[in-house]
Amino acid sequence: MKRRLPLLPAIVLIVFAFFGIAGQYVMPHDPNAMSLWDAYKPPFWQAEGTLTYPLGTDQMGRDILSRIVGGASISMQVGFVVVVVAGSIGAIMALLAGYLGGWVDVVIMRVVDVFLSMPTMLIAIVLAAVLGPSKNNLILVLIVVGWSGYTRVLRSEVLRIKKGEFINLAIVAGSSKLRIMLVHVLPNMVNTLIVVATLQLGLVIITEATLSFIGVGVPPPDPAWGSMLADGRAYISSAWWLAFWPGLAILLVVMSFNFLGDWLRMRLDPRFRQV
Amino acid sequence: MAHTQSANNASPVLEVKNLRTHFQTRRGELKAVNNVSFSLARGETLGLVGESGSGKSMTCFSILRMIAKPAGKIVGGEVLLDGTDLLKLSEEEIREVRGKGISMILQDPMTSLNPLISVGKQVAEPLHLHQGLSGSSLWDAVREVLALVRIPAPERRLKDYPHQMSGGMRQRIVGAISVSCRPRVLIADEPTTALDVTIQAQFLKLLKDMQKSTGLGMILVTHDLGIVAKNCDRVAVMYAGKIVEIGSVRDIFDRPAHPYTRALLRSLPKLSEKHDRLPSIEGQPPDLLDLPAGCSFQERCPHAMPICRRQEPEQTEIAKEHLARCFLVDEEAEA
Repeated sequence: MKRRLPLLPAIVLIVFAFFGIAGQYVMPHDPNAMSLWDAYKPPFWQAEGTLTYPLGTDQMGRDILSRIVGGASISMQVGFVVVVVAGSIGAIMALLAGYLGGWVDVVIMRVVDVFLSMPTMLIAIVLAAVLGPSKNNLILVLIVVGWSGYTRVLRSEVLRIKKGEFINLAIVAGSSKLRIMLVHVLPNMVNTLIVVATLQLGLVIITEATLSFIGVGVPPPDPAWGSMLADGRAYISSAWWLAFWPGLAILLVVMSFNFLGDWLRMRLDPRFRQV
Repeated sequence: MAHTQSANNASPVLEVKNLRTHFQTRRGELKAVNNVSFSLARGETLGLVGESGSGKSMTCFSILRMIAKPAGKIVGGEVLLDGTDLLKLSEEEIREVRGKGISMILQDPMTSLNPLISVGKQVAEPLHLHQGLSGSSLWDAVREVLALVRIPAPERRLKDYPHQMSGGMRQRIVGAISVSCRPRVLIADEPTTALDVTIQAQFLKLLKDMQKSTGLGMILVTHDLGIVAKNCDRVAVMYAGKIVEIGSVRDIFDRPAHPYTRALLRSLPKLSEKHDRLPSIEGQPPDLLDLPAGCSFQERCPHAMPICRRQEPEQTEIAKEHLARCFLVDEEAEA
């Protein structure tokens, strides 16, 4: 089956990535500027709405559009930093475990098992309590609970690559283990790593939102989507837009990453590739 | 027939003595290589034949110490390359030997090359590692090696990736990588099984030509007796992890002594005779985890005697440099 690049998800991600990078220059208002006079303004198409606050304002009169744009920056930052760092740690561990085998493999994989069985929420709450809630601590938590998933998946990939005759040829030619791992195995893992990382991006953003929702993520007043959702929950019957917009943003971004990840998997996995 | 008597008289470049490699399995110890001894002279080609699972490839991998640990282990013997025992070398020292002293061509050209690296770079790798070449002298050497394996237009092919090449072409690249550092011994483990017949002949001729120009000793692993007859000076026949008969091509094909060798040769189709069915060897090769007492071949042997079930036959010299492990040729044995 041949699939085309999912255009819509790609556009959504480009827009949100742009918000993430250049958000502070395009947001119409300061996302943290309160104006109680303007609180609970509905989106512009409703009777009391104005184009000054296109998506409305929250209970403290802050512009929701600006906060969504600001939240994109937080989500993207957290997402990319976590995926890059956790992915690198996971890949290196997978390389060591899969290629060296023996006791190295046993030790690393048992550690992976331990990390995989740790409840993300609990660890996050405990660490937030100990270290204090902040964006950097959130990133740390997500890396701690995230790297082991990569190792699990990539180790089997390393085992597959290791069976290739070109590894034997490299040994026959006298290459060292380190050289074989870096020159011959690692580059062949990149496809899988990219696919896993893309799918993980969505998951990391969901987890970040969840942690912010329960109050152990990005602390207020920074506009994290999860905490916006949590704040809006209390007003869901009177002012639906408070919770609706951050919810929609999370949905769009995570779904787009998943579609893109699926497409990449089909695209890069030789089993799906058409000659 | 590429038979040269003179090659046998030169001092051996490689000597394997009582090599034993065992694998630990759930059902017990598997003796994949069981007391294998042979020698290889400079410029000589030794054919290693036998059915699947007879230990041909394992013998080769043992020589280069490429047995997968921890399941497999070389438990005894010596592998002497110009007098140095490879089994006693450190990990770094054996790495120096691989590629430079002994090199190997693997079975499957389709997976023998790294799909992400251009063939030029892959040929350059051992040259860089072993001879410390770099820059333009490295690329000159790469071009020279590619010319040696007769890659047409090597200049243009350098930047190609493996998937852009045919199977025969890829096997030549693998050959180029293997011989690039001028090894003294080349092990070719069924180098042509994945190639079609015309390419097979071409590639073997190429190996022979390279051998002539560089004087390397070659171990040719195959189950194709036609290839052996055409390309080898001497032949070792393996069965259940042991060499059951070894001798010159002439001796093995004209005067086979071991019943297994004879049966193998009988099962070759001959154009001069009409067969409804080809003669085959009755029964199955023995379970390596549960070898019978005495001779491993006794259960399928038409000449099995009582002594074959009690005692393992020793290697017996029948003629000069022609040895077999069978009581039929051992005159001192009492039947």
